[in-house]
Amino acid sequence: MSDLFRFAFDVANLGSLYALMALGLVLVYGILRLVNFAYGELIMIAGYTLYLLNKSPLPWLVMALCALIAATLASVATERIAFRPVREKSLTAMLITSFAVSTLFQNAALLFISPRARVVPLPDLFSQSVTIAGELYQLRDILGIVVAVAMLVLFTTLLNRTVLGIALRAAADNFRMTRMLGVPANLVISTAFAISGFLAGVVALFWLGRTASVTPTIGLEPLIVAFVAVVVGGINSLLGAVVGGYVLALMTVGINSFLPQALVDYRQAFTFALVILILLVRPEGLVRAR
Amino acid sequence: MLTLDGVHAGYGPIAALRGVSLEVGEGRLVALLGANGAGKSTTLLTVMGVLKPSRGTIRLAGESLVGLAPEAIVRKGVAMVPENREIFPALTVEQNLRLGAFVRYDRVRFRHDLDEMVALFPVLGERLTQPAGTLSGGQQQQLAIARALMSRPRILMLDEPSLGLAPRLVEQVFALIARLRAEGRTILLVEQNVTRTLDIVDYAYLMNMGEIEAAGTPEDIRRRVDVASVYLGGQRAEAAP
Repeated sequence: MSDLFRFAFDVANLGSLYALMALGLVLVYGILRLVNFAYGELIMIAGYTLYLLNKSPLPWLVMALCALIAATLASVATERIAFRPVREKSLTAMLITSFAVSTLFQNAALLFISPRARVVPLPDLFSQSVTIAGELYQLRDILGIVVAVAMLVLFTTLLNRTVLGIALRAAADNFRMTRMLGVPANLVISTAFAISGFLAGVVALFWLGRTASVTPTIGLEPLIVAFVAVVVGGINSLLGAVVGGYVLALMTVGINSFLPQALVDYRQAFTFALVILILLVRPEGLVRAR
Repeated sequence: MLTLDGVHAGYGPIAALRGVSLEVGEGRLVALLGANGAGKSTTLLTVMGVLKPSRGTIRLAGESLVGLAPEAIVRKGVAMVPENREIFPALTVEQNLRLGAFVRYDRVRFRHDLDEMVALFPVLGERLTQPAGTLSGGQQQQLAIARALMSRPRILMLDEPSLGLAPRLVEQVFALIARLRAEGRTILLVEQNVTRTLDIVDYAYLMNMGEIEAAGTPEDIRRRVDVASVYLGGQRAEAAP
């Protein structure tokens, strides 16, 4: 019983993080058909913001808030400066621009900070743990689930109850028609990038919380995870991103727990084999649009 | 109200409109007729700013619309019901209508306009909280028209509202358009159903291969043009490239 609960807890913890990442990626994709490869760097930017504020006397919550703001602003700024000028040109131009932005951010971190890992401040809460039914649980992981679920609820409410949220969903479905109803393209796109950046910031707090450090290439793994989750879940659906995140976590945790010790080194291969299998059966992903 | 003068537009190097001129007076119901590929939808998309005209002028009540983004053109008072309706299937009926009112959104007026639409389309009132994708074809057409009206447009453009509907529903759609006209709305109607359209409009333009081929009152058109040739013209147009 407790084994099963432990398993579900781990899936919920990892899946929540994956779902948020995937959501941030698919939100922009839905509207612009752009896989933003600079998405991982937003996590990095949030991380370095924490690092730079480490010596300041600010309480951790304020630092975290600054990191969220930094990731959000960076996301909106990249859209304004890099993506908007090439938006009308072609999808390929935007895709290549996203690689350029990603490389630019990484190199800026290498050049101005350091290629080596830097310590990120974390609250004491993150290193504490509680015992529930004889099992030890990290407070950080519990907090991760709570925050992620809260974000998903907030996000769903926003998308269902506010006019701008409804416009975002409409734009993700049919951007041209949404504009023909008078919804400004720039407003929708900026909002999507802002939410995407904010989600990256939230993910950063918990992703970096595991190692308490940040490196210039820290964004690569979450980007790949988010991308795989989105593809598995169904790239044309916001719900798909969330489902994909939890399914990928289920696979990852499942393989980690049940794979014989000798094969643990190959766990990535098993995960991706499963991903390929899912895509063979459902090429559109688990959740189909419409 | 809406005036097009010598409008040229196209998709890349392919010219789809070659000097289209037409006028829709205030409170009038004007039809743009022609076969598939004649350039009717392209004309509407060019007015909406989705396609940019390479030459010519488009004016709404004297103000130029050329070069404006679609969202700015909606703000000026143009609303469009596109071919295939393009409702948002995952959103509820009410959410679709809220988006229609995006350019003039405030809660009080939205409630008022929503009640007005429900009075005009009772079936939508019964289904406000359902996803729009669950509506039947005819209901989706009603929703698309209601959504366009929610912006309180100065001119409503309808692109083939009868397309793909059962004959009984086609009659309903034409009755609805006649009713909107009677309410004094300004409408530009694109149709392939020539006979039925000529029964309800004030004036009609015939399009072929990106050009206006004939124009006149319905009586003029019936007298001067063999209605069947409108379709034949379209077949020539399709065979040409």
